[in-house]
Amino acid sequence: MQITVNVNGADYAREVEPRLLLIHFLRDDLGLTGSHWGCDTSNCGACVVWLDGTPVKSCTVLAAMADGHRVRTVEGLAAAGGLDPVQQGFAECHGLQCGFCTPGMMLTARWLLDHNPDPSAEEIREALSGQICRCTGYENIVRSVLWASKHRGTTDE
Amino acid sequence: MQVPAYVEYEKATSVEHALALLARFGPEARILAGGHSLIPMMKLRLVQPETLIDINGLSELSYITVTGGRLRIGALTRHAQLLDSAAAGEHFAILHDAERVIADPVVRNWGTIGGSLCQADPSEDLSATFAALKATMTIRGPDGVRTVPAREFHTGPYETVVAPGELLTEISIAIRPGGGSAYEKVGRRVGDWPIAAAAVAIWLDGEGGAGGAGGEGGAKITEAGLGLTAVGARHFAAAEAEEFLRGAPATEASLARAGQIAAEHCNPSSDQRGPADYKRHLAGELTTRGLRRALRCARGLTVAGPSAGGRDA
Repeated sequence: MQITVNVNGADYAREVEPRLLLIHFLRDDLGLTGSHWGCDTSNCGACVVWLDGTPVKSCTVLAAMADGHRVRTVEGLAAAGGLDPVQQGFAECHGLQCGFCTPGMMLTARWLLDHNPDPSAEEIREALSGQICRCTGYENIVRSVLWASKHRGTTDE
Repeated sequence: MQVPAYVEYEKATSVEHALALLARFGPEARILAGGHSLIPMMKLRLVQPETLIDINGLSELSYITVTGGRLRIGALTRHAQLLDSAAAGEHFAILHDAERVIADPVVRNWGTIGGSLCQADPSEDLSATFAALKATMTIRGPDGVRTVPAREFHTGPYETVVAPGELLTEISIAIRPGGGSAYEKVGRRVGDWPIAAAAVAIWLDGEGGAGGAGGEGGAKITEAGLGLTAVGARHFAAAEAEEFLRGAPATEASLARAGQIAAEHCNPSSDQRGPADYKRHLAGELTTRGLRRALRCARGLTVAGPSAGGRDA
């Protein structure tokens, strides 16, 4: 089937099988390998992208379901002016070790800060509770998001 | 790498269109809502539908309203929307309690209320919740609209009364004064399915209702709805404990006894989440804890979230 998906502001038209998962569409068809394919069971959150402005686990969404909709991936976080404050926060506070969970963590964090600009550490933990850091680097992930909240700014879609 | 088997795909543009597609593709077609149960099952080949009918575009099924004295929830409403709904929380605190412990925030963004109910997993949290609230399910099919009480919705694990060709469209709950409700769940870890959970809704007579003295004595429980998750309760309900509470004084002794009765009448199985006797203990304890919070809620007192010790009880 023919689908057109707007990813990070650009329309991509492709012929796909209906069973193709959104994560594989992004990585294999579009070459956007920033979104990671992790547990495949919607547990780990490495594959989180925004669908119409909301974080979703793209290993559990069909590419067909994104037809005619907007997707934002980690490649769409940085603006022309530089890194998103969330990305800067992860750099400042050592928010990543192996980096595998990082794209998903950052997209959910960006969404949180857009809706709650000054979250507590508890609220950050709750927002990220569906995402797993296999390095167990949660303390620094929370610090990174807190850092971003103190350095306001947004790079809306 | 897990990928679903080959499948055809149709995008429904209205409820009528979805019903027409269901009629055209027959019993091997499946409705695709959030897909957060269906797609994992397709990956594991536990289900292999021939055609998916995507209803995500049906905004007419995505709403939370209060009309005609009822809270009405469209079947395509996302879990996150129910959790965010002030109207839902104002009338039925249990809805926010339950939603807060369903999966995780990102899954709740996309998973739907109707999808969870139609998946009919015996460990799913909303089935007991709507059983406690004595909700009504609205189902549309080729022959029109029918309504089914929540307690007649499930016909077994993963099975409901929604026939091939039909679509669950709405869940509605009657709003009555003097009520309070709560959901108590114990799981192995955050976001997991419950080991056991209890859904509680009670109504007090005028004296003990909102604005009442709030102390023990005087207030009577006029109506109770008790649901149990993952412990083999018939229709996800604790009917014997409900019967005991109807007309009982709103005292700690009543709440404790109701928990005991609920525990005695459920039928849990031992599995990787725990032995049957532990689950039976939880069914009773969580029912009593839920009743305590529901009682405070009915009295119009500030209600904290599920008890802090709940996760490792």
